[in-house]
Amino acid sequence: MRHTISLLVENKFGVLSRISGLFSGRGYNIESLSVGETIDPQMSVMTIVTSGDEQIIEQILKQLNKLIDVIKVVDMIDLDHVEREMVLIKVSPRQEDKAEVLRLTEIFRGRVVDSGPKTYTIEVTGDEKKIAALIELLKPMGIKEFIRTGKIAIAREKVKKPST
Amino acid sequence: MDIFSEFWVKLYNFPKGVKRRMKMNGAEILIESLKREGVKHMFGYPGGVVLGIFDHLYGDKDIQLILTRHEQGAVHAADGYARSTGKAGVVLVTSGPGATNTVTGIATASMDSIPLVVFSGQVPTMLIGNDAFQEADIVGISRPCTKYNFLVKDVNDLARIVREAFYIATSGRPGPVLIDLPKDVTAAKTEFVWPQEVKIRSYHPTLEGNKWMITQAAHLIAKSKRPVIVAGGGVILSNASRELKEFAEIADIPVIMTLMGLGAFPGTHSLSLGMPGMHGSYYANRSIQEADLLIAVGMRFDDRVTGKIDAFAPHAKIIHIDIDPTSIRKNVRVDTPIVGDAKRILAVLNKVLKEEIKEQWGEVRKAWLKQIQTWRKERPLTYTYSDEVIKPQFVVEKIFELTKGDAIISTEVGQNQMWSAQFYKFDKPRMWLTSGGLGTMGYGFPAAIGAQLAHPNKLVIDIAGDGSIQMNIQELATAVINKLPVKVAILNNRYLGMVRQWQELFFSERYSHTKLDETVPDFVKIAEAYGAVGLRATKPSEVEPVLREAFKNKKTVFMDFVVDWKEKVFPMVPAGAAIDQMLFEEHKEKTEKKLKAVK
Repeated sequence: MRHTISLLVENKFGVLSRISGLFSGRGYNIESLSVGETIDPQMSVMTIVTSGDEQIIEQILKQLNKLIDVIKVVDMIDLDHVEREMVLIKVSPRQEDKAEVLRLTEIFRGRVVDSGPKTYTIEVTGDEKKIAALIELLKPMGIKEFIRTGKIAIAREKVKKPST
Repeated sequence: MDIFSEFWVKLYNFPKGVKRRMKMNGAEILIESLKREGVKHMFGYPGGVVLGIFDHLYGDKDIQLILTRHEQGAVHAADGYARSTGKAGVVLVTSGPGATNTVTGIATASMDSIPLVVFSGQVPTMLIGNDAFQEADIVGISRPCTKYNFLVKDVNDLARIVREAFYIATSGRPGPVLIDLPKDVTAAKTEFVWPQEVKIRSYHPTLEGNKWMITQAAHLIAKSKRPVIVAGGGVILSNASRELKEFAEIADIPVIMTLMGLGAFPGTHSLSLGMPGMHGSYYANRSIQEADLLIAVGMRFDDRVTGKIDAFAPHAKIIHIDIDPTSIRKNVRVDTPIVGDAKRILAVLNKVLKEEIKEQWGEVRKAWLKQIQTWRKERPLTYTYSDEVIKPQFVVEKIFELTKGDAIISTEVGQNQMWSAQFYKFDKPRMWLTSGGLGTMGYGFPAAIGAQLAHPNKLVIDIAGDGSIQMNIQELATAVINKLPVKVAILNNRYLGMVRQWQELFFSERYSHTKLDETVPDFVKIAEAYGAVGLRATKPSEVEPVLREAFKNKKTVFMDFVVDWKEKVFPMVPAGAAIDQMLFEEHKEKTEKKLKAVK
C-alpha cells in the first residue's frame, strides 16, 4: 500500500541524510521525496511517498518519530488532503502532432514554458492520476525527457458539518 | 570572591573562580562543561587537532583521562564504565583514524543502548570537505550507529551542545552521542554560558506508561495460568530490578532473562529460569513455548531470543513494556503494548496488582511452576566434567564459586560469552558486561578496564577466549600503567571456538580458518612482557589454585586455561529453528539425526 508521509523537521544541515539514511539502512523504499522550508525558516516540511504493508508503515512512522530532528510525522492516508506534483515534459512531436500536443496541454491545464524548433516543454501540475494520464497520452508523440518534483501534500481544513 | 562577582556567578552561572565576562576558548569551555556534567573519568587518545584540548587536560585535578592503546579500546572502556555505573561514558579522540577507530565501539554501545558521549577532533572548519590530512566525515560515518551526533560549527554553541549530548545519551532509550569538534572551534574564544535547562522541541521520550494499558495488563496477568516474564537490558538501564522482583514475587511468575538482562533479577532466585534462546536453558525455552502469557520488559525480541519467529510462543498473549515505540511490534505481534520507562510502569503495575486485583496466586501457579520444575530436572544446564582435561564450563563455575557472585564479569564474544552467561549466576544488576547486540570480539578486556576504574575495590574479571583477547590485547598496557587489577581468564581452546562449533555441526567438520593452534601466543609471556602477571592451568586440579592466586594478586593478571578444544556450547537451537528444537550434549550420531530432522 502506498502512503504519503508529511514530516515537519528541523531545518538543519544533515537532516535529509538522517532521513534518507533511515530508509536505506532499514531497507524501506522511497518513491519520491520533496523538501521545502516552512513559514518558519527554522523548520522544513518533507513529503515522502513510500510503500509497504501495515507493519512496515507502522515501523517507518515510529522510526521517523524517533529521529531527534523530526518534529512531527503525519501519515496523510489518515487525513482528507490535497496532493500535487509538478512535471516538466519535453516533447518532440512530428509536425502533424504539434497541434494535438498543444491541445492536450490545454485540456490538462498545462502551459508551454519553452518552445524550440523541435520541442515543446510543458509544465503541468496535478495529482498522480492526472499526471499519469497526460504522460500516457503524450508518449506516442515522442517524449524526449520528463522530470518531476515529487509529491507534496497538505491536509484540508476540517469542516464541521452543520447540525440539522 | 567579592559580592559582585558572586552575583554574576549566580546570574550567568559562571564557573567558580571565573571573573565576570571572562572569555574562554573552546577547549576550556569543553572541559568546564564536562565538569558541570559531573565527569570524573574519560578515555581517549591524543592527536593533531585535539592537542589544544589535551593541553588543557594536562594536570587537571578534576578530570582524569585514561590513555588507552587504541581508540576502540577507549570506547569499550567507556562503555564498561557506563554499564557498571549507569553514568554516561566519555571518550576523546582525534580526527580521521582516531575517529574511525571508535566506530566499532560506538556501534557496540548503540546496539545495547549504552549512554556514551564521544568527542572527536575534526580538521578546521575551513578545511572540512577538502580531504585534509586526517580528515574523515565522522558525522556521516557514525550517523547510523549513534543516537544523535553533532558537528560544532560555532564555539558559542559548544556548551549547549555538550549539555544536550549528555541529556540525549542518558534519557529515554539511552545510546551513544558523538560530538565532532573542529580545531578552530576549540581554539576560538567566547563567554562561557552554561544553559540552565535542556530544551529540544522534537525530543520528549515517553516515561509514564498508559494507565489504562497497565490495568489491561494486570487483568491479563490475573487471568493467566501459565505466565512468564522475559526481562531484558532495559530493566537494568532503567534501574528497575527492585520493581521487577516485586512484580515476579507478587504474582508468582517465573523470570527469564535475555543475555542483556542477566542480573536484572537474581539468578539464584527460585523463580529465575536463566537465559532463553539459542543457547538458553531448555526450561526457559519450553516455558516460553508453553506459556499462555508472556510479559516482555525492556527487551526487543532479538532473533537469537525468538528463533523461528512464526513458531515463537505460539500459545501466549504478549504484553510488551518498552521505552522505545519502535521495539514494539517490530518482530512479534503484541496484544498489550505499554510504552514508557520500565521502572515507572512496573511500579504502577505492582500497585494495581496489589490494590485492585488482590489475587492470591499461590494455588493458581502451583501446577505451572511444578511443570517448569519437571523440565528443569529433565534437562538441567550441565556439562560432562573431566579429570584429565579442563572443561571451560568448569572454569566459569569455579569463578562463580570463588567470587560468590560478587564480581563484575565482562566477556568477549563467542563460546566464552555463552558459557559465562550459562554458568555464572548474577544476583545484582550492572555486574555483567557483554556485547549482546553487535557481538563485538575484543569488547571484554577494555570494558573490564573501564569498570575497574569506576569500581577500584571490586573484583573485575574478563572471561575471554584465545581469539577474542587478541583483538584488544594491547590494552594490557593501559591496565598495568593505571594499576588496574583486572583479571583475565582466557578459556584457551586454540580455536575460534564458536565458529568451529558451527563448522562441526553444520559444515561437515571443515574447519576453515578457525584453527589458531600454534599461532596462539604464550599468554603468560605476553602478560609478563607488559608488566602484568601471567598464570597457566593445564589440568582441572590447577584451576582453583590459579584462580585463588590471581584473585589475591593486586596486579593485572592473565590466566591461561588450556581447555578442551572439542567442547561445545549446549543446549543449542540451530539458526532458523523453533526455540524448543534444541540440540543437547549427546552422542554424535544422535545430534546428527536431530540436525537432519530440524533441517
